[in-house]
Amino acid sequence: MSAEVSFDELLADDGRVEPRDPMPEDYRRSLVRQIAQHAHSEIIGMQPEGNWISRAPSLRRKAILMAKVQDEAGHGLYLYAAAETLGVDREDLLDQLHTGRQKYSSIFNYPTLTWADVGAIGWLVDGAAIVNQVPLCRCSYGPYARAMIRVCKEESFHQRQGFEILHTLAHGTPAQKAMAQDAVDRYWWPALMMFGPPDADSPHSAQSMAWGIKRFSNDELRQRFIDMTVPQAEALGLTLPDPELRWNAERGHYDSGPIDFTELFEVIQGNGPCNAQRMGHRVRAHEDGAWVREAASAYAAKQAARAAGEVA
Amino acid sequence: MSTRDWPLWEVFVRSRRGLSHVHVGSLHAPDAEMALRNARDVYTRRQEGVSLWVVPSAEIVASEAGQREEFFDPAADKIYRHPTFYEIPEGVEHL
Ligand SMILES: [Fe+2]
Ligand SMILES: [Fe+2]
Repeated sequence: MSAEVSFDELLADDGRVEPRDPMPEDYRRSLVRQIAQHAHSEIIGMQPEGNWISRAPSLRRKAILMAKVQDEAGHGLYLYAAAETLGVDREDLLDQLHTGRQKYSSIFNYPTLTWADVGAIGWLVDGAAIVNQVPLCRCSYGPYARAMIRVCKEESFHQRQGFEILHTLAHGTPAQKAMAQDAVDRYWWPALMMFGPPDADSPHSAQSMAWGIKRFSNDELRQRFIDMTVPQAEALGLTLPDPELRWNAERGHYDSGPIDFTELFEVIQGNGPCNAQRMGHRVRAHEDGAWVREAASAYAAKQAARAAGEVA
Repeated sequence: MSTRDWPLWEVFVRSRRGLSHVHVGSLHAPDAEMALRNARDVYTRRQEGVSLWVVPSAEIVASEAGQREEFFDPAADKIYRHPTFYEIPEGVEHL
């Protein structure tokens, strides 16, 4: 039985591939790239919201925001661990992030200008992430799928707390409502771009679908997100910044206006408002934390030496 | 020892008394004590467990994926190990 045949049979059966199974090198490489990029996004994603922890408007909001940002760190760890089952080293992945050889989601290159942005991120950015991640719970690679199940369980609180922030602001003073509206206006289009380029310009999608990594196309997921979000915006009493957004009874979906992807490509190229700041902060945090890792290593070595001494 | 040399630990969580520990994932840590603390922070932020095990991944002995058939197939033709194999006359109960 050749390795290739058993891999294909497994996929045809909608079975799961596990770490020690034979798999084509392209599948492995593609998964490493996707999982690493996903992990990087989780940890870089701590920054825009972390920016508001010390300025949260109440102790309740502060505790919630800290819990959310901690969750994102956890999501990063689940994903780095999943990537490592494919034979790569977390240190190397971090290295590739820090030297710009691997990317993270462009959404985190936008600034958080007001407290309402924390609400908009939870509602729209985590909301879009959920739509992307739910199908990944059935991804063909077992460790990635299992990590996604944990992540998805935790994400729903993220989206709800964001919605609650916006709902509170939208029912507050006119200035608070305006702040909420401004945040939604700025985050709507970047959130839609989180689903990636239109299907016609998404060269890797077909292969990813064939491998059972991706289950729905970018445009399908984007449409699903729009359909879910429009009624929620109505419940908030806020508008979405797309004049062409309207229900299409024939299609059973909302129609929406064209997305300016040139902006997305600019941000991917490194020209977004916060690219340099995010990377600078990440590298600094890694370097500033070196002494903690060194101390933990030194302590472990000392304990091991002492234990060996006792035995001898 | 750089973090690159930190061993990998497999993490098992008992979600409540009466249930077994179940594998939930893995992490790197320099020693068992740090592995336990990190496992608590990474895998039980929502009271998912009442007990944690961390086991060095290198200590796990696994069956070979490539020898799955010869290893597990001997059980395949012993269907008489299952109660459904047996024919029981109509009307016989509690059997
Ligand atoms: Fe996350
Ligand atoms: Fe999240």
